[in-house]
Amino acid sequence: MVNGKRVLIIIPALNESGSIADVVGEVRGELPGVEVLVVDDGSTDRTAAVAAAAGARVAQLPYNLGVGGAMRLGYRYAREHDFDVAIQIDADGQHDPRYVPKLVDLLDENDLVIGARFAGEGDYSVRGPRRWAMVMLSAVLSRVAKTKLTDTTSGFRAANRRVIDMFATWYPVEYLGDTVETLVHTARRGYRIRQVPVAMRKRMAGTPSHSPAKAMIYLGRAFAVLTLALIRR
Amino acid sequence: MKLTLVTGLTGLILLATIVELLRRRQLREKYGMLWLGVLLIVIPLSLFPRLLDNVAELLGVAAGVSLVLFLGIVFLLLVCVHLSWEVSALEEETRTLAEDFALLRAEIDAERAARNELVSNDG
Repeated sequence: MVNGKRVLIIIPALNESGSIADVVGEVRGELPGVEVLVVDDGSTDRTAAVAAAAGARVAQLPYNLGVGGAMRLGYRYAREHDFDVAIQIDADGQHDPRYVPKLVDLLDENDLVIGARFAGEGDYSVRGPRRWAMVMLSAVLSRVAKTKLTDTTSGFRAANRRVIDMFATWYPVEYLGDTVETLVHTARRGYRIRQVPVAMRKRMAGTPSHSPAKAMIYLGRAFAVLTLALIRR
Repeated sequence: MKLTLVTGLTGLILLATIVELLRRRQLREKYGMLWLGVLLIVIPLSLFPRLLDNVAELLGVAAGVSLVLFLGIVFLLLVCVHLSWEVSALEEETRTLAEDFALLRAEIDAERAARNELVSNDG
């Protein structure tokens, strides 16, 4: 329970056996009384076993679906088990669970709350095409959602019952669909979206890619996904 | 004459293949019927290639054969698009199944853990 609400923490994980135990342990330590669901998205390592040993519920997908597939499974679990709030956290340890109560509080007046980097707290910087993509996404999505959104691809978000219901039936599985398209869809259906600044930490394991070619491809795909999301109904 | 023989034979072999696949239930009827329909148009054309010359002239195409080639490519393109569409639908279905399966497995795991706890508490 966080502020009188039943809270489920959903952690999508793909081959994160190096960090998942610490992440689960930290969440359970900081937030006693919340349930942690690790969705193992077809990992080939011992992610599921490690997460279960750390005290998380584990839902294991038979093969890799992508973050979108893992997340819809998480929201379906939240709906079936009647949770008031579902919160998505990355498995690499970059999200600090101490921000969770803040996100939950904001759900009183909002339907979807996003923990955003670049919004004042902590330091985090990107350059080049990746930065252009982020600027483009936040400009367009802020307009669509009628609220300031600076970190649209953040995987740190909290949803209330109404949004859980929607995400349990509709959640795109395609690239960037889990962040960009869900925001467009949610905003267009009249749900209130709000971002809060959160400090991000260094990943506990794994490294982000820095290749310029990959950054360019990322920009192109982000643009394509955004355009598609906007012309879809 | 030789060419007519080659094209006609090809058409007949294709027809036999489709019918055989349908007979063994290795091809869903909705696809089998499509290809049978196509062969019903193609086989007469392979025997009498001049059949389309009038239509070609009407459309401003020099030779009936060119028209067949053009229509064939358009048709194949449409078939490919249709198949991509079918695969997308199938992927959506298997995704839902995979999610259902994972949910059920999580449910069973939880129940088993609860039961084990009960047993160890009793003993």
